[in-house]
Amino acid sequence: MLLEINPLVLPDIGLVFWNTVAFVVLFFVLRAFAWKPIIKAIDEREQGITDALATADKAKAEMAQLKNENEALLTKAREERAVMIKEAKETADKMINDAKDKAKSEYERIVADAQQAILQQKNAALTDVKNQVGKLVIEVSEKVLRRELANKTEQETYINQLAEIVKMN
Amino acid sequence: MFSTPIFAPNFETGMVFRNIKRLLVAVLCTFLFTFSNIAIAQHEGEMHADSTTKEAAEGDFNVTETILEHIKDDHSWHLWGHTSIALPVILYSDKGLEVFSSEHLVNEHHEPVVYTGNYSYKLFEGKIKVANADGTLNEESSKNVWDFSITKNVASLFVSIFIILLIFLTVGAAYKKRGVTSAPKGLQSFMEPIVLFVRDEVAKPNIGHKYARYMPFLLTIFFLILTNNFLGLIPFFPGGANVSGNIAFTMTLAVFVFVIVNLNANKSYWEHIFWMPGMHWSMKVFLAPIELIGVFTKPISLMIRLFANITAGHILVLSLICLIFIFKTVFASVIAVPFAVFIGLIELLVAFLQAYIFTMLSAMYIGMATEEHHHEDAHH
Repeated sequence: MLLEINPLVLPDIGLVFWNTVAFVVLFFVLRAFAWKPIIKAIDEREQGITDALATADKAKAEMAQLKNENEALLTKAREERAVMIKEAKETADKMINDAKDKAKSEYERIVADAQQAILQQKNAALTDVKNQVGKLVIEVSEKVLRRELANKTEQETYINQLAEIVKMN
Repeated sequence: MFSTPIFAPNFETGMVFRNIKRLLVAVLCTFLFTFSNIAIAQHEGEMHADSTTKEAAEGDFNVTETILEHIKDDHSWHLWGHTSIALPVILYSDKGLEVFSSEHLVNEHHEPVVYTGNYSYKLFEGKIKVANADGTLNEESSKNVWDFSITKNVASLFVSIFIILLIFLTVGAAYKKRGVTSAPKGLQSFMEPIVLFVRDEVAKPNIGHKYARYMPFLLTIFFLILTNNFLGLIPFFPGGANVSGNIAFTMTLAVFVFVIVNLNANKSYWEHIFWMPGMHWSMKVFLAPIELIGVFTKPISLMIRLFANITAGHILVLSLICLIFIFKTVFASVIAVPFAVFIGLIELLVAFLQAYIFTMLSAMYIGMATEEHHHEDAHH
């Protein structure tokens, strides 16, 4: 026979049959109990690693952002503090100046009032003194006039006496 | 066209070139196969005639027979010396199903004898056939008998499946038990890189984003071929069988690939086969039969590649060992054994490589069949 086939390349039905059965069984058993759990686990682990890396990156970014925010806050706080201090200083200065001004004006007013009062009292005193002097002069004159006929020395002594009394007053 | 990046810049010429190449390969294969078969058959016939006369004359050692005996399937599993395990014979004929031990088919000198069941069975070149009353082959009745025996290859296949199940059910359980947060340990950490290799180097680049659906199939064929390749390299029990170098085994796997590829193929795949877009109608008519042949040559190439590579490796190792018996001197082993060890090491590589290539090409065929084409984008 010209086209006799080598038994090596002639498939046996027995092995084909058993191989088909065995392969199908192997495939389904492995798929259910090996490949699915293995692939699922590997995928989950890879997913987990990816997630963890992403989370770490995110956390890092958040940390950086927080740091930036903190720094910004700090800077702002510092600025605010400076402003507050400046304002407080200004306020204090102003208050002191105001107080000074007020005190000064008050002092001036008091001084002015005092001067005025002194002046008034001085005037009043002067007027009083004038009135007293006038009264005394009148009284002295009256007494002098009443005692005019007595001696002259006595008169002069008396006048001096009166004058002395006035002086003492 | 990400599955064929080489042709991507010049899609049309690439396609034509590929088709012509495919046609050439198909034609060459057919020729080679037809002629090589005739040649081998004739050669064997001559050898047979030679050897029988020689053996009768001086009890000479027949290399071809010895090697083929090691490569071929058997109804008993040879352990050592004259000890072998008798395997169950399962026959289905028009007279019904029958099961008996293969030890009834040989006498104490391991010569075939007639066993009378529903028919008179006898081993002819290691295969169970129906014998006539005078012990000669009855081809007419032999056609009625279907041999579903647990042969050496079937038994070895079961051993390999047992090993695979043992390994991967353990590993699968380890993932379930240990959870995803802890690092893999022991066998689990040994198998995980291989599983990842199949996923990242085989499935993902060839299939694309739909790879997950095909992962169980690809992993199963990868580890089945790999385990059987390794078992085939072990020269004694429980290895010693030549499962992955058996055409029935590779054919079955190739048929599975063929079925999966064509069941999952999308509209665009069939359009590219029967009515190639972007071509003149005459070219379309010309290409359709070529592409149709391609549908079948793809799994056939898978079948032949694995079978031929593993068988060739076995023949090479056995030939080198046979040198000792040809020269009939133990000193031949000085050359033969190191060479056999060297080839054995290469076979280890080939065992992995062929499992990888079979899986990768399967993934590629699946990828080609499920690929979404964007012609407008490719052309402009």
